[in-house]
Amino acid sequence: MSGTFVGMPAFPKAAHDAVNNPTLRGNLRHATHTIRAKRAKAVSEVSDWAALREAGKQIKDHTLRHLDRYLVQLEESVTRAGGTVHWAADADEANRIVTGLVKATGESEVVKVKSMATQEIGLNEALEAEGIHAYETDLAELIVQLGKDRPSHILVPAIHRNRGEIRDIFAREMSAWGRPAPDGLTDTPAELAEAARLHLREKFLRAKVGISGANFMVAETGTLVVVESEGNGRMCLTLPETLISVVGIEKIVPTWQDLEVFLQTLPRSSTAERMNPYTSMWTGTTDAQTADGPRTFHLVLLDNGRTDTLADQVGRQALRCIRCSACLNVCPVYERAGGHAYGSVYPGPIGAILSPQLRGTASEIDASLPYASSLCGACYEVCPVAIDIPEVLVHLRERVAQGGQVTRQGTKVVLKPAKGHAAERAAMRAARWALSHPGALRTGQRLASRTRRLHPRALPGPGKAWTGSRDLPAVPAEPFRDWWQRTQGGKENGK
Amino acid sequence: MRVALFLTCVNDTLYPDTGRAVVNLLTRLGVDVDFPLAQTCCGQAHYNTGYRHEAEPLARQFSDVFRGYEAIVTPSGSCGAMVRELYPRMGERARAEGRGDTLARTLAPVVPKTYELTEFLVDVLGVTDVGAYYPHTVTYHPTCHGLRGLGLGDRPRRLLEAVRGLELRELPGADECCGFGGTFAVKNSDVSAAMGTDKVRNAESTGAEVLCAADNSCLMHLGGTMTRLRTGMRPVHIAEILASTEEEPLG
Repeated sequence: MSGTFVGMPAFPKAAHDAVNNPTLRGNLRHATHTIRAKRAKAVSEVSDWAALREAGKQIKDHTLRHLDRYLVQLEESVTRAGGTVHWAADADEANRIVTGLVKATGESEVVKVKSMATQEIGLNEALEAEGIHAYETDLAELIVQLGKDRPSHILVPAIHRNRGEIRDIFAREMSAWGRPAPDGLTDTPAELAEAARLHLREKFLRAKVGISGANFMVAETGTLVVVESEGNGRMCLTLPETLISVVGIEKIVPTWQDLEVFLQTLPRSSTAERMNPYTSMWTGTTDAQTADGPRTFHLVLLDNGRTDTLADQVGRQALRCIRCSACLNVCPVYERAGGHAYGSVYPGPIGAILSPQLRGTASEIDASLPYASSLCGACYEVCPVAIDIPEVLVHLRERVAQGGQVTRQGTKVVLKPAKGHAAERAAMRAARWALSHPGALRTGQRLASRTRRLHPRALPGPGKAWTGSRDLPAVPAEPFRDWWQRTQGGKENGK
Repeated sequence: MRVALFLTCVNDTLYPDTGRAVVNLLTRLGVDVDFPLAQTCCGQAHYNTGYRHEAEPLARQFSDVFRGYEAIVTPSGSCGAMVRELYPRMGERARAEGRGDTLARTLAPVVPKTYELTEFLVDVLGVTDVGAYYPHTVTYHPTCHGLRGLGLGDRPRRLLEAVRGLELRELPGADECCGFGGTFAVKNSDVSAAMGTDKVRNAESTGAEVLCAADNSCLMHLGGTMTRLRTGMRPVHIAEILASTEEEPLG
């Protein structure tokens, strides 16, 4: 397994391999069903959940509507508090900025808080290319990094691994990265966690530069917020002298009071906890004489397709996402296809609507993602900011199949339909014509009924996708409309 | 009350027994049912596959055919949800595209009058005991668009519980999708088949003879999986169970 998502095959092909991998299926079934049940319980304890969900949605929509204003306010607040704000239009620019900032410190190592934004831009690879080693300190990210693997879940990146596999990765790989795993390491959770603690401790104590993302940025005070479970984030945010945070521009909330809503909905939706163990908040830099914390703070505000996404009336709701991953945990497709099949650091239902918007629909994988759903609606039901994921999926299917106007780098362009949809388009048009003419429909039905003894049990071509795993329904001797006309709705002739 | 049966193109073509069952059931309950022959398809497959503009003429046709009736009853959760949830959205999108209010105004009259069968029975007719007799063990799968789209809730269950002779068995993982999903079933056939297999195994684990649902599209997928897996279970639409009586029992 390679460390990047470049050149991924279309979703159905990647999913085919996952569906036929019993270890992966078992790991995912166990993990998603466990968290699914816990989330349902944690949410059911809150009597005003529906109101919190609506409030979260409205706060996000309001902020996105006035993002220009709040971004400038945030920059002023952060600057006032001693931080420096950088603006990055895309991944390359963000990577250039961060690499330059690390180099300026003279350091060749950084410790990292788990961050989706830095994964999205491939920061670790960009730093490595400049001779800077980035150490992931979140337990699951550490497992992924040591295993030369890719994350497969937003919250639990190593969800596809079981304890035995993790033990093997630690025993095999830790020594090349620092403190080796203890001899005779078993697969008990306590031993695995202790091995990770010892391995990471020396990294925390040595690091001069920390890199993070943020769950929220409060515009009124310039405060950044990271919620986490392990305490590794707190270490990275307080020990190093220099802190660099890379954050998507949609992570703003206007005020502390707005934060109140999300600090209730996020933990319950993600880890199914009433409150997450560590909530770290920092505002600019800290005076060395009085407190722990960074002496130098840089905030890199990342666009990377977000402004273009914001321009789309239907698709923009994806920017409400607070990365809780409740939609992954309830998704029957994610449970069977696994996170890697989505070809992005954002897997599952939210990934299927985010990736084709942030990256466009030109690649095979991105054009296939809007179809990676049965539209069952379980994702929409659990989403704490009420993103109607099925609505956006259908909207993006339209974009793939029919083309249409989109915004790219701030300019309106008209997309052509994606490749491979010409036959489907013709079939849909023909079906629409037949269905617009009841007589044509009836002729087709009668033909099907008359030839029903001749129908093959296995279909050729695209039909194989049905008959490969399912029998076809038997065509009846006459369609309903013929019975209705013959018997006047059963009034004549009995039945 | 002038009630139209919107049977759906799939049922009309492949499942006429379901249509006859709805007619028999509603007639037994004193409803005067009409089947307007100009009806074809609500456009759901087109819409959900990304062909909204091809779905629009079908939606307009639906409105032309059905707008004169007091109620429109359909034995399909997903086609019912298409009319109730997605027709208003189609109108809004047309407006947002600068095409005016024409589509929204054309579709508006049919939206509130369209009922899925179990909704019509429980909410409009106000019955849960429809006088049915069905001496079999049954497990019920609440299909996604009925469950989460229309919010059918416990209506189907209340109707089934009132059927004499019927023993209802709890389906584990009932609210999980069966994996049909329209064109999803062929575009992502591996995942679709895996979901269908899990659903059928859950149904089998109940020991029921019959897997019942309020949507034949899902049952087509599950029924095809059941025979391929040689389970010995059979799929039956809820209308056929509710239409069955001691005088005229159905399978």
